[in-house]
Parts: sequence; C-alpha cells; structure tokens
Amino acid sequence: MSKKAKIKNFNVSENDFEQCVKCTVCTVYCPVVAVNPDFAGPKQSGPDGERLRLTDPKFYDESLKWCMNCKRCEVACPANVKIGDIIQSARIKYNKKPPSLRDVLLANTDFVGTMASAFAPIVNRTVALKPVRQLMDGVLKIDHHRIFPQYSGMKFETWFKKYAEKDQDNYKHHVSYFHGCYVNYNYPDLGKDLVKLMNAVGYGVHLLAKEKCCGVALISNGLIKQAKRGAKLNVESFRKSIVEDKRPVISTSSTCIFTIRDEYPHLLKIDNSAIRDQSELAVRFLFRLVDEEKIKLAFKKDYKARVAYHTPCHMEKLGWSIYSISLLKMIPGIDFVRLDSQCCGIAGTYGFKRENYPTSQAVGDPLFRQIEESNVDFVATDCETCKWQIEMSTSRKVKNPISVLAEALDVEATIALNQ
Amino acid sequence: MKFDTIIIGGGLSGLICGIRLAEQGKKCAIITMGQSALHFFSGSFDLLGHADGKEVTSPLAVIPTLPAVHPYARMGIEAIKNQLKEVKPLLMRAGIKVHGAHETNHYRLTPIGVMKPTWLSLDDFTRFDNPTELPWKKIAVLNLAGFLDFHAQFIADGLTKLGAECTLAAFSLEELESIRRNPSEMRSSNIAKVFENEKTRAKLIEKIKAYTETSDCIVFPSVFGLFSPHAMEDFRAQIQKPLCLISAIPPSVSGIRTQLMLRQRFQELGGTYMLGDTVKEGVMEGDKVHHLLTHNHGDIKMQATTFVLSTGSFFSHGLVADPYSIFEPIFGLDVEGPCDDNRQKWYDEQLFNKQPYLAFGVSTDSNFKAKKDGLVIDNLYVSGSVLGGCDPLKESCGAGVSILTSLQIADEIVH
Repeated sequence: MSKKAKIKNFNVSENDFEQCVKCTVCTVYCPVVAVNPDFAGPKQSGPDGERLRLTDPKFYDESLKWCMNCKRCEVACPANVKIGDIIQSARIKYNKKPPSLRDVLLANTDFVGTMASAFAPIVNRTVALKPVRQLMDGVLKIDHHRIFPQYSGMKFETWFKKYAEKDQDNYKHHVSYFHGCYVNYNYPDLGKDLVKLMNAVGYGVHLLAKEKCCGVALISNGLIKQAKRGAKLNVESFRKSIVEDKRPVISTSSTCIFTIRDEYPHLLKIDNSAIRDQSELAVRFLFRLVDEEKIKLAFKKDYKARVAYHTPCHMEKLGWSIYSISLLKMIPGIDFVRLDSQCCGIAGTYGFKRENYPTSQAVGDPLFRQIEESNVDFVATDCETCKWQIEMSTSRKVKNPISVLAEALDVEATIALNQ
Repeated sequence: MKFDTIIIGGGLSGLICGIRLAEQGKKCAIITMGQSALHFFSGSFDLLGHADGKEVTSPLAVIPTLPAVHPYARMGIEAIKNQLKEVKPLLMRAGIKVHGAHETNHYRLTPIGVMKPTWLSLDDFTRFDNPTELPWKKIAVLNLAGFLDFHAQFIADGLTKLGAECTLAAFSLEELESIRRNPSEMRSSNIAKVFENEKTRAKLIEKIKAYTETSDCIVFPSVFGLFSPHAMEDFRAQIQKPLCLISAIPPSVSGIRTQLMLRQRFQELGGTYMLGDTVKEGVMEGDKVHHLLTHNHGDIKMQATTFVLSTGSFFSHGLVADPYSIFEPIFGLDVEGPCDDNRQKWYDEQLFNKQPYLAFGVSTDSNFKAKKDGLVIDNLYVSGSVLGGCDPLKESCGAGVSILTSLQIADEIVH
C-alpha cells in the first residue's frame, strides 16, 4: 500500500463541514445547549444548518446568536470540523440586522477605554452605583448584576513610555508586547509584571508601532468592517516587529492571541501567515525557553500559595494550558489544583447582555462550585473576562499566570542565572 | 516537552495503555484529535463473540484457532490469559464497575431487541446467561415522550419473540419539556443532564411506579449518569423491580462516562491529556521516532523514549482511504489487508456482509512494533483498532483487541 495521500481532497471545504458524520459529540460538550433550549446546538446550527443555508439563505436562523464562540465543539469533534467557525461565519454572512447601540458600545473596547481612562475616578464610581446599573439595564440592556472592570487612571502605554521604555534597549534579546485593551485601560499591573519577568530573563520589551483592539468583541457583535480595519493594522504592526525587527510578539491575553492567530484568517479572511507562528502567549514563549534550557527561573523561598488553574475556552482550543500549568508548577511554593476544563459562561461581551445573563451564570455554575470547594488562595487564568466572571461569581480573586510568576520570582537570582 | 511515553489517540486503547504505564510510574502524555469512539459505546466490552459466522461461548477455546494475522494470534494465548486477569481490577481502580467473565460469554440485549454475546458489561446493563429464555414474563417497555433515539417497538418485538408479554408506554415530565422544544437535540446526553437532579429523578420514578405493580421488569433507555454512576445506581435502587436499561442511539451516556472516568484516572496518576490536537509529523532519528510535531504546539517538540499509536480505525482517522490506497496518515506506516489496492475489492455492496476494508491495518512485528518499508521501528508500538487482521464488527472483538494489545504493549515498555 502506498504511504501518503496521492490526491488532494477537492471536495473538502475550508471548514471541513463535509466531514461531519452527525455523531452529535459536539452537542454533548456544548455549554449553552445544556442550559438554554433556545439554542439548537452546534451540530444543527453548524454543519446541518450550513447545508440548508447554502441552498437558500432564508434558512439562516436568529438562534445562532446564542453561540458563545467558545469552540469547545471543535475541540471535541472527532472529524476536525470547524463547527464554531461555521456558526460565526454564518452570522457574519447572513445576519443583516445592524448592531444595537449597546452592542456597539460593548464592542468598542478601544474607544470606550480611551474615554473612560481619561475620567477613570468618575467613571469607576458612576458605573458601580446601583441606580446607574439599573439605568444601564433598562436603557442599554446591560445586565445590572454585572460589575464593570475598573478603569486605570494611567494607561499602560503611558506608564511604559514614562518609566520602562528607555531601559529596554539594554537587553540582549527583544520581544514586542501586544498588551491589548484590558492591560492598557483596566489593569496595567499585568503589563508591568510581564516587563519585570521578561527583563529578569534577559529580554527587552517593546511596544508595537501601532496597536488596535484585537477585535474579538467587534466580531462577536457584528462590526465586521471595523474589525477588519483593526486586524489589518495589527497584522502590519506584527509584520514590522517580527519580519523587519526580528522581534517575536507576545501577549498576556489568551483571547487576543487566539483571535489574531485563528479568527483573523478564519472569520475575517485576513492573511496572517507571515506572523502567525511568532505571535503567541508569553507563557508559551517562556515555556519554550525553559524547555530548551535557554533561560532559568529562580523563585522566592518563602513564597507559598494554593492555586487553582482555570482553562479559558480559547486556551482549551489553542491547547496551550499546559504551558501555564507547567510554569506555575515550577514555583516550589505552589500547591497546585487542577480544575476541570469548563466554560465560565462570560464569553467576552456575551455575558454582559441582559438576555444572556441567566445562560451565562448557569453555564459557569459547575466551575464556580468547584472553585469554592477547592479551598485555594486564588485562581490563575489567562483570560481577563474569565477573571471578571469568576471574581463576580465566587469568593476568590483571579490572577494571570504571568502575575503569579512575577510575584513569586526571585528577581536578583533570576537575573544572575541568565547573565 | 519530554515524556517517557507519548500515546497518540485518547480512546479506549490509548487510555488503557496510558493508565497501565502511569500506574507503574511512567510519565505519559496522550495527544488526541477529538473525542473518541467510546461515545458510541454499547455498554459492553466484547472479547470474541463470533468466529466463522458462529456464536462463541468460550472465547479462550476459540482464540487459538484464529488466523495468524489476527491481533490475538500475534499476541498468543498465554499473553492473552495473563492480561485478561488485569482488566477488571484496572477498570475497578478507575471506578468503572463491570460484570461478566472471560471464561464464558454472557448476553446483552441490543437497542434493536436481539441478544448478542459479550465479555464485560457495565453495571448499568443487564446480563443474560441464556439468549433464548427471559427471566421475566410481563415486561413494560417505557420511553420518554419525544425521545426519538430509543426504539421501544423494536425492543418489544424482540422480547415478544422470546415469549414475553410487552406493554409499551411513553410519558412526559415537566422538566424535560424545555429540551423537548428542540426535538433534534433531545438526545440521551442532554436528558441525562436533566436527570442528574435528584428531584427530577424522583418524579420519573413516581411515573414508572404505575407500571411496576403489573410488570415483572421495566425496560428503559440508558439516560442516567453522564458524569458518575451515581444517578444510574440511585435510579436502579429506587425502582424496586428488575430494571433493564438499554443503550439509545449515540451519543452513549454510559460511554461518555466511561471515557471521562478513564481520562480522570489517567490524569490523577499524573498523565497529561491533550484534547483537540493533531499530530502533524513523527520525526525519525535512525530507526527510532525522536519527536512529534503537532498542530497546537507548532515548533515545540513532543519528545519521548517510546511512542504508541492508538489512533483507531477509519472513523477516528487512524486509517485513511483515498481512491488509490489505504494509508496511515502520521508516519506513513506499512498497511496490510485482505486484498490489494483495487478499491472495488475493499467493500461488499451488501452492507451487512463482511466488509474487507475493516480488516486493513498497520503491519507490526509480534511485539506490536510498527513497520515502515518492511523495517521495524524500534520505539513505536501500535495498539487497538488501527491494527488490522480482524473484523471487529463481524467477530465482536473490538474492545478486547483495544484493551489487551494496550496492556501487552504497556508491559513490554515497562520491562
């Protein structure tokens, strides 16, 4: 018998939807279908529906909006069908309804972030007020249970330019950092932790020439043209860093990096082949260096914490939680608890919408219970929206693995080891 | 990333191999493309149910007569006897309770109401020792209204042929109405999630009690215990009459649970389970596999001392057929089968006849080491249904081959 396929599969589409054998395994692992019967489930909304939609677009069904785009169906599929992509592509192609004011506001993390940061103390206090939350619920249909992330008075970029930038050229190796909206507007400390960690192992950190929101919220809210504009700009900035300056790009948000690597080509049809392989999460970048014995990490002897790791859906899809887990386990003082990999329910802006709130909380419920029972000091995870959801729904604080590493790191000893 | 052993494929065979190795202190990883064929599990593990078209009563008496290409023949009867002793305790340690014995097959009632010989059945299911006689006279075959994956009439017909008087009934529950609104997704796994709730189960039991007075046995679809056997055991205890659960059309609730429990056991032993990844390439160094490259891990090498290929058959893409050949897609290993490259000979147009393509598989030496271009790859073993030489459907031997070859390989790796 011959060794390899001699012909290409001419009858296989980009999303592999012809490979679906109707086994329903995807539906078993769909977090939404279990709690919301209005969602027809990944098989019916994805490959089954696609067959119909291809014959006549009128078969497009509004219920596709219930899909959280968690991609757990794709991870489960034994035939590699890109079920989540089929559903999201159908929403892009067939949904003609313009997004509501609320959806536009939620999706524009960049614009809203810039405005809110400028007036951070006022904005933080105002959106935390109960009457304001009730008003947002009534007028904008943003669920009143939701607590908005705090805006930081000083953006990460401002901090970086003021305090960190001038030293970065002194290092032997270099990376660029895609900080994303969350680090820039809400939580610059994570960016500071990354700079501390990378500097300690001998890497200078640089900002990209230009950076736009990755666009995940624009895509899920149907603002495709705007998402494409941002994506093109990002790909060009990444290209300049990776190809011209020979600086790989790292990020601390699993969703941002997943969007840039996979959603750009699959959903926005933007070619990122020149940059994809060298655009990754900081934990993966660090893991590779440790694995290849190119760097060493030294940790504080007195650091002690019981930590549970939560696998965000996009991290599950990337298959990269092993990097975060392996790095956390390298810290001698960590008592590690592995949580089952299951969706927290927020799915970015999805859980902020009033109509999705009950689904969102029902999806996350088994995870919340597991966290409460785990008796940990805090939870570690690579996604900022998972952090908001878990902090709102449990009694535990949530930290990015990069922050945990930075807080446990013996900086002096690490610098000495990597000279 | 470095491991002692990397197993490609996370179904029954890969997990059994991984558990056996991890129990003996090996650092293992399983890389698997998606969920496995256990999602289609009947609820019973077959050892050898048929040979030459005849039903087998004592598998151990028939195994020595199998042709030399059969995985059991490659293993040898002594090795099979040794490994058979290990199976029940291993499953038990993973929390999977089974009944049955390898000395004599028992019978299970299939979803179309016929009796089939088998080896081990999960505790969910009823064991029949005699395929022509039922222990009950009056049987109530019950279903949930709107559940299309359980064919009560087929089962009642089968039971009637065996001399039973059957009553058929279906009833609805308020708690199931919401999933019933979406009939195409009213599947056993979704129903099982509803029955995780004790109060909902109690309501169901109340409904069933109307039939327990007038029947000797209740037949019901297997829709309990997706994550643990608890819901099934609780239901069984409360019915207070013989309860005969029957697998519905996949996804199989008992199979999903078996998969989860095996994976749980593997991970508790320190194993790394990487779901949703595809091995792109096996990179060789001399006559050995040095590392694997995968879709998710890109340039990060997955290194190990030994590798096990447990990728399954055509359904799981362990074997691929194109118009010209049947091939093994990761390493391009030698594939052998009962006929040549002429596609016309691979199948019989009568669906229920013996299908030659099912007997294709990767060539190995007697220790299940893979062959490529006629040469043995020293650190690559092959287990489960990617092995050829048997017809798991016609012989009812799929689970036995998956489990026993894996255990044999694990022992080979450890010693």
